[in-house]
Amino acid sequence: MSLRGKAAIVGAALAGCGEAHGKSAMEITVEAVHGALTDAGVSLGDVDAIATCQPLDMLSGLTLAQELGLNPKFTMNNRMGGSSFLSHTLWAAMLLELRLADTVLICYGSNQRTASGKLMTALGLPTYEAPYKPLFPLSSYALAADRHMTQFGTTREQLADVAVAARAWAQKNPEAFIRDPLTREDVIASRLVSDPLRVRDCCLVTDGGGAIVMRRAEAAKDHPKPPVYLLGGGEGTTHRDISEMPDLTVTGAAQSGASAMGMAGVKPADIDVVQLYDAFTINVILFLEDLGFCKKGEGGAFVENGGIAPGGHLPVNTNGGGLSCVHPGMYGIFTLVEAVRQLRGEAGDRQIAGAELALAHGNGGVLSSQVTNILGTESTL
Amino acid sequence: MTGMQKDQGPDAVFAAKLAEGVFEIQKCNGCGAHVFHPRVICPACGSADLGWVAPTGRGTIYARTIVRRKPERGGDYNVVLVDLEEGVRMMARVDGIAHDEIAAGLQVSASIAEGANGEPAVVFRPERGAS
Repeated sequence: MSLRGKAAIVGAALAGCGEAHGKSAMEITVEAVHGALTDAGVSLGDVDAIATCQPLDMLSGLTLAQELGLNPKFTMNNRMGGSSFLSHTLWAAMLLELRLADTVLICYGSNQRTASGKLMTALGLPTYEAPYKPLFPLSSYALAADRHMTQFGTTREQLADVAVAARAWAQKNPEAFIRDPLTREDVIASRLVSDPLRVRDCCLVTDGGGAIVMRRAEAAKDHPKPPVYLLGGGEGTTHRDISEMPDLTVTGAAQSGASAMGMAGVKPADIDVVQLYDAFTINVILFLEDLGFCKKGEGGAFVENGGIAPGGHLPVNTNGGGLSCVHPGMYGIFTLVEAVRQLRGEAGDRQIAGAELALAHGNGGVLSSQVTNILGTESTL
Repeated sequence: MTGMQKDQGPDAVFAAKLAEGVFEIQKCNGCGAHVFHPRVICPACGSADLGWVAPTGRGTIYARTIVRRKPERGGDYNVVLVDLEEGVRMMARVDGIAHDEIAAGLQVSASIAEGANGEPAVVFRPERGAS
């Protein structure tokens, strides 16, 4: 039995992206929920399973049920960091396929920018890392970038080109938080934070929320918008702390991508549009390699000189990504919403013509959890 | 001494040894693998029969970053991952060398000094004979 094409996203929405003054994380979440239910043409009372993960609320699934006035059959609160939501879609598809639930809501929201101005997290430094004061999570990614540069000759310029591409996409997205021009030189001249990563290698700190509604494929066409089918999904967990990552140049995306593409019956060359969790510029290079869009060690050359920018050989992070569009702390849900928009043809100036197959990929912890979803239009079933 | 003692878990044992100026890591009596961080069971074979051994202290830098901090707040400092000769990796810092001279491949040796909060911590210095 395969989950391929058994469930679909029938509603998707964002809320509070950028700055949402005077709103709590749960209020932003519920605004996104309202938007997604409206988009799906689904009544709140029809929701019988919910999934969320919020950074500071350990019982956020319960808070969400309370806030929505629901008594769900299933409340999913599995926490793997920013990848959680791409795991929630897999559990949702299982519940739907087994007819344990009929309508599943997956959502997230954060007010970290207006509430604190920095990453809000309940996590402290790990016992065996705390004596050395790495910046959390930045220094972990800096160590991965340093190792990639040492081992494969990846250059400072290539890292910068990831941020430049994200900005170029953001300039086509009226909802993106930062749309000013950005050059490779700007990135390389930005403030050094934890070598080799500079400020412009780092994702934004914004508010924002997102939500999606999933139903069984057989019911998916009863909704106003074209369904976006979940064709495949897979996970990979390699560690929690960066000092325990077996090889800093190989992430769990190698496993999650192979699982997801295997289930979907597709290969990297089939994918029309790619949404990757770009917490830092090095992430995109690592994930493009591990997901099979290029060989290990060649990610730098792949992204160089506009390779993933508008007009490049692969459209990556068409909303502007966490680097330039929105990053409220756990970005995974935004990869799904942007993939849905691309597959529905709703992406405006940044629309990839004829997009039928999308890959959405979430990262959690410090390259620790990797979860990949393959999504497609009806023509891909 | 196994990982499943009645009194203390392996984290506490490691910390107590470090406080006495002793840096030891675990070795699995089942499969022979060295283990760090300290664990209850061996991640290679699942055995709970883990003993403590003194590593040679020699290692090689695997990756490094320099955290940039204003001078009035203490200035820059380095954070590294070190591969010990026994085949385990740990986070640490390297003392006794300019931050920008630390790079992957540098040979280092362990000693015990103060961590960020004054606690005993394993740190490394360049192996002068090798560099």
